[in-house]
Amino acid sequence: MATNETSDVVLELKNVSVKYGAIEAVRGIDFKVRKGEIVSLIGSNGAGKTTTLRAISGLVRPSGGEILHHGERISGLAPHLIVRRRISQAPEGRGIFLNLSVEENLDLGAWCAPTASSYGADLERVFDYFPRLRERRKQNAGTLSGGEQQMLAIGRALMSHPELLLLDEPSLGLAPQIIEKIFEIVTQINQAGTTVVLVEQNALQALEISHHGIVLETGAVKLQGPAAELLKSDEIRKAYLGE
Amino acid sequence: MIEFVQLLVNGLSLGSIYALIALGYTMVFGILQLINFAHGDVYMLGAFIGMYTSRALNLGEHPSLGALLLVLAVAMAGCAAMGFLIERIAYRPLRKAPRINLLITAVGVSLFLEFAGQLVFGADPKFFPQIFSIESDFSFGELKINPLQVLVFGISIVLMTILQTIIYKTRIGRAMRAASFSHDLASLMGIPTDRVISFTFMLGSALAGAGGVLVGLIYPKIEPLMGSMMGLKAFVAAVLGGIGNVTGAVVGALILGLAESFLVGYGYPTFRDALAFALLILILILKPTGLFGTKRTEKV
Repeated sequence: MATNETSDVVLELKNVSVKYGAIEAVRGIDFKVRKGEIVSLIGSNGAGKTTTLRAISGLVRPSGGEILHHGERISGLAPHLIVRRRISQAPEGRGIFLNLSVEENLDLGAWCAPTASSYGADLERVFDYFPRLRERRKQNAGTLSGGEQQMLAIGRALMSHPELLLLDEPSLGLAPQIIEKIFEIVTQINQAGTTVVLVEQNALQALEISHHGIVLETGAVKLQGPAAELLKSDEIRKAYLGE
Repeated sequence: MIEFVQLLVNGLSLGSIYALIALGYTMVFGILQLINFAHGDVYMLGAFIGMYTSRALNLGEHPSLGALLLVLAVAMAGCAAMGFLIERIAYRPLRKAPRINLLITAVGVSLFLEFAGQLVFGADPKFFPQIFSIESDFSFGELKINPLQVLVFGISIVLMTILQTIIYKTRIGRAMRAASFSHDLASLMGIPTDRVISFTFMLGSALAGAGGVLVGLIYPKIEPLMGSMMGLKAFVAAVLGGIGNVTGAVVGALILGLAESFLVGYGYPTFRDALAFALLILILILKPTGLFGTKRTEKV
């Protein structure tokens, strides 16, 4: 694994810190995301998970450290330039355009798609993952249920052909069977070749579908390693899995 | 009855000019949550650009529809450029500043344009050349309608239809609606939000510029402070319809235009300017979100 370490690292955070005013939400975190993996960022509320994703997407500028995409520095770039590098985020709170239709939302997701000609096929691919969206394509996104909104957020992120998909709490506020369905689709998306960074409070389910896990606590990395090992660790089981 | 129809036509043409200006207020508010107080002054610039263009090309001596359309195009382009510059120079550096800073800056830009206008154009009223004329009124028996008013209403409707098409049918329009929902979210789609904001200012300013020329056509006396009251009234129209809502701005403006026309026509011309503000107070008491407005939940 260590032999071709540089070539398959898609994303690397080096000593990244983020401040909101005087408050340091993320304090010098380091981790790597390798091609083809699902990496989970887990931790309790306020641990800095969402801030980390916002920093990767360029929505906040790190106050220290750097973020590298295939070895090139992307920290400091505007968010729309980061999306053009095929790093796509489905933001927390289902971040969809409630004032637009389902199809218009997906259409905006394709703003940066590498070729316009694949639009039809991309739309079909999203509808194959989430058939509900096909039925509701003309509907206003505000009329969708919570689960459907989450599906739309993920589907929309897929429209830009991401190499790296960032998912912020996709399970938030959803019924257990819908969470299961969404995690299953995340696995499928990953198996089809997309690298995924998954932010979750739902640590157990997230680690179960992940290759690697990173545990954040009050803005710092507390533990990281292969997901299977984290699942076995006593400390994790006690603190995050409620045992 | 005849008087009623005449007042109706009057009100619709006045209202359609309010609408052209109110649209700029509402679009900029939709995307930046900013009341752009300088917007009325962009309308004033439109009138002056129109006047100078007409003079330079001697269009007053050869009135024609072509002349009017040419002047409209030049004024709209000039105002779009002004809108771009205003946003770029005055508002963009404050993008991350508290909203109140932006508001105060807008008042400053407005005063700057008004008094720079007096300096450059002179404070005395100027005559807007008659670049289009129709000799006889449209008459239906005793009913006489000024064809210019019909033309103004018609041109406004065409411009608003074009705007509607841009907002709802084009890629940039979709980006505008996305950015007005959330800048962060729009930028996560890869939309360059700064450029979309520039475009919104240019679009709104072009419509205000058209308003300036159309006003020059029916009320040919123009002066550098003309944008102040017009801007306030168009702002009231936008609030009346629900600020941020495009349809609302048009409906609010037509209501205001008609109400003013009837008020003046039925014997209370002195209350003309007070009416807009009475309406503003009423709507703020009865339905603060405006006729078409929806309450937006503030995000935490």
